[in-house]
Amino acid sequence: MPKDVAIEARNLVKHFPIKMGFFKTLISKQTPVVHAVDDISFKIYKGEIFGLVGESGCGKTTTGRMLINLTEPTSGEVFFNGLNITAISQEHKMRKLRKNMQIIFQDPYESLNPRMGIFDIVAEPLRLQKMTKTSEELREKVAAALEDLDLAPPEEFMYRFPHELSGGQRQRIAIARAFVLRPEFLVADEPVSMLDVSIRSEVLKLLLTLIEKSHSSFLYITHDVALARHMCDRLGVMYLGKIAEMGPTEDLIRKPSHPYTEALIAAVPVPDPTSRRIEVTIKGEVPSAINPPPGCRFHTRCPYAKKICTVEEPELKEIKKDIRVACHFPL
Amino acid sequence: MSLLKVENLKMYYKTLRGYVKAVDDVSFDVGKKGAVGLAGESGCGKTSTALTILRLLPWNAEIISGSMMLDGMDLAKISDRKLRKEVRWKKISMIFQGAMNALHPIYNVGQQITEAILAHEDISKSEALERASELLELVGIEAEKINRYPHELSGGMKQRVVTAMALACNPAMIIADEPTTALDVIVQAQVLKVMKELQRKLDLSWILITHDLSLIAETCQKTAIMYAGKIVEYGDVVSIFKAPLHPYTKKLITAFPSIVGSRRELSSISGFPPDLLSPPQGCRFHPRCDQAMQICKTEEPPLKEKTSKGHYTACHLYGG
Repeated sequence: MPKDVAIEARNLVKHFPIKMGFFKTLISKQTPVVHAVDDISFKIYKGEIFGLVGESGCGKTTTGRMLINLTEPTSGEVFFNGLNITAISQEHKMRKLRKNMQIIFQDPYESLNPRMGIFDIVAEPLRLQKMTKTSEELREKVAAALEDLDLAPPEEFMYRFPHELSGGQRQRIAIARAFVLRPEFLVADEPVSMLDVSIRSEVLKLLLTLIEKSHSSFLYITHDVALARHMCDRLGVMYLGKIAEMGPTEDLIRKPSHPYTEALIAAVPVPDPTSRRIEVTIKGEVPSAINPPPGCRFHTRCPYAKKICTVEEPELKEIKKDIRVACHFPL
Repeated sequence: MSLLKVENLKMYYKTLRGYVKAVDDVSFDVGKKGAVGLAGESGCGKTSTALTILRLLPWNAEIISGSMMLDGMDLAKISDRKLRKEVRWKKISMIFQGAMNALHPIYNVGQQITEAILAHEDISKSEALERASELLELVGIEAEKINRYPHELSGGMKQRVVTAMALACNPAMIIADEPTTALDVIVQAQVLKVMKELQRKLDLSWILITHDLSLIAETCQKTAIMYAGKIVEYGDVVSIFKAPLHPYTKKLITAFPSIVGSRRELSSISGFPPDLLSPPQGCRFHPRCDQAMQICKTEEPPLKEKTSKGHYTACHLYGG
C-alpha cells in the first residue's frame, strides 16, 4: 500500500551569496556562493519521523528551514499535501499554512521571548491563527498543551517567565508551543543538544508520545547518529549539501552502503568498554562549501575513492528496496 | 602505582547564603599511564574537582579538608609559588572546556605554544619553536602549520593545538575538561584517537571530564560517577559499564541511545539535581531515586567496596 506523502522536496537548492567588499564586486564577474544545499529531493510520509544526519555545515538545518518556507530556496520546490508552497508569495496565505507546519529550535535559551510570560508564549500561535473564540477556551488549550509535556500543574507554569525555568523546562515550553496547533508537519532542529543528559531522554520520550498522539509527520535534524537511530523511522545522511544515502533507519545503521555513512557510524563512541571499535578510516575535515570538490563530493576523504569519483558525480539511485545511495561503488 | 591520589577532598564555595558544597568528600586515584573519567550531569562538581587539583580556584573557594598527593607533595598544602613553578604545566596541565575558542586570535599557533614553554622553562626561543613543531606533529598537525593563525584552522585542529600546548612542558598528567563537546563525531573520533596515542607514546595519565559516558568507555580505564558533589560509584570501566550498582549510574548509562545492539527504551531521571547550598539529607540522590528506602532519607551511605574488588559504590541497597 503506497503511503501518503506529507511533504516532498524536489530538487531543492540553496546558495548563500558571500558578502564582498565594494572593490571586489567590481573586479569579480561572479559572486562566490556557499553551496549550502545542492539539489536534494526526498519525501516524508504521513506519520513518519524522518531524520537528517550529517556533520555541521552539511546543510541539514537549511533544508529543514526551506521545508517550512522560513528560508527561500534558490531553486526547487516544496510540496505540502500536494500544494507547492514555494510558489506562495503572499504572507497571509503562508500564515494559514503555518498552522500545519511548525518548528522546534535548537536553543531554548534563544527561542523563547524573555519578555513574554509562558502563557503568552504558548497562546501566541493560537491567537495568530484565531483558533479560539473565548478566553476560557484559550486558557484550556494552553493548559492542555502544557500538561501534555508534563508541565503540571499548568497554573504553576503559566504565569512564570522563561528565565525562571530550567533548560529542560524551557525546551518543553518550546515543544508545547509547536504542538499547540496540532500541526501536520513539524521540524525539530537538534531539540535536545543543549540539554543535560538526564533531562534529554525525558524530553525525547515526551516528543515521541506527542508525535504518536497527533499523527504528525516529523523531520528530526541531528548530528548524533545514535540519537537519530533512536528517534527516526527513516534517515537521510547529508554531506556537503547533498544526500549521500537514504533509507530505513535500521537497514542504514546495520549495513551502510555509502562510505560516508559507514565512517559516520564507526565514529560514534560506544558505551561499552569491551567492544572493539572499527578504526576511523577517514581523514581530515569537511571541505569548504564554497568550492565543493568536483565529482563525488566525498572523494577527497573517501578511503575507497577511484578515478571516476573525482570527475563524475554519482546519482542518488535505488540499489536495494527503499535504499538510495549516491556512490559509484556502494559497499 | 598511583601518580595522583586524591583523598577525602572537600572544596566549598563561600557565598552570602552559605557554603556551596561543590566537591564533598571526593577520593580517587590516577595511576601512571592511567586514564580516569569523571562523569555526571552539569553542576555535579566535575570541573570543580579538576580546578581544585590545580588550585585554580576563585577567591571565594575554600579547600576545607583532604589531600591530593602527587610525587610526595600534597597539592592542597604546598605554597602557591611551588605549585606554579613545579606542578602546573610541568606535572599536570589542563585543557579547559572550550579552550579551542580561547586561542588568541592575533598570535599564530607557534607563538602561543612557545609562550607557554618560555614562561616555564629556561630555553632559547629557537629551541622552543623547534619543540612546538615537534608537539604539533605529535598531535597530527603538519609542522608547517606552525605559522598559522587560529582563524585559519578548523575546530578539530584548534583542539589539537590546545592539546599540544598542554604537552608543552612534558607533564605526567593532563586534565581534559569536555575536550570534544563542540566537535563533530568524525573529528571527535580523530581527537580521541590522538589522545589514546599520546597516552601510549608519552606514558601520559589523563583525567577526562565529560557528561558523555561513551567517551569514557572508549578512552579510560577507570571512572568515577559524580552526583551533587560526591562520587557515587568508582571503579574500572568494565565492571561499571557491565555491572553498574548505583541506581544513578544505571540510569545514566541507559539514558544514552546506542548505535550498537538492539533499540531500547531510554531511561530518564525525573526531577532536577539538588541545590548544593542545602543538599538533601541522607543520600543526595534519594529524592530522584526510584529504589529509595527509609534509611536513604536519613543516613548518608559511605563509598565502599561492594560486590567486587576495586568497585566502590555509595548506596544502601548493597548493605552497610
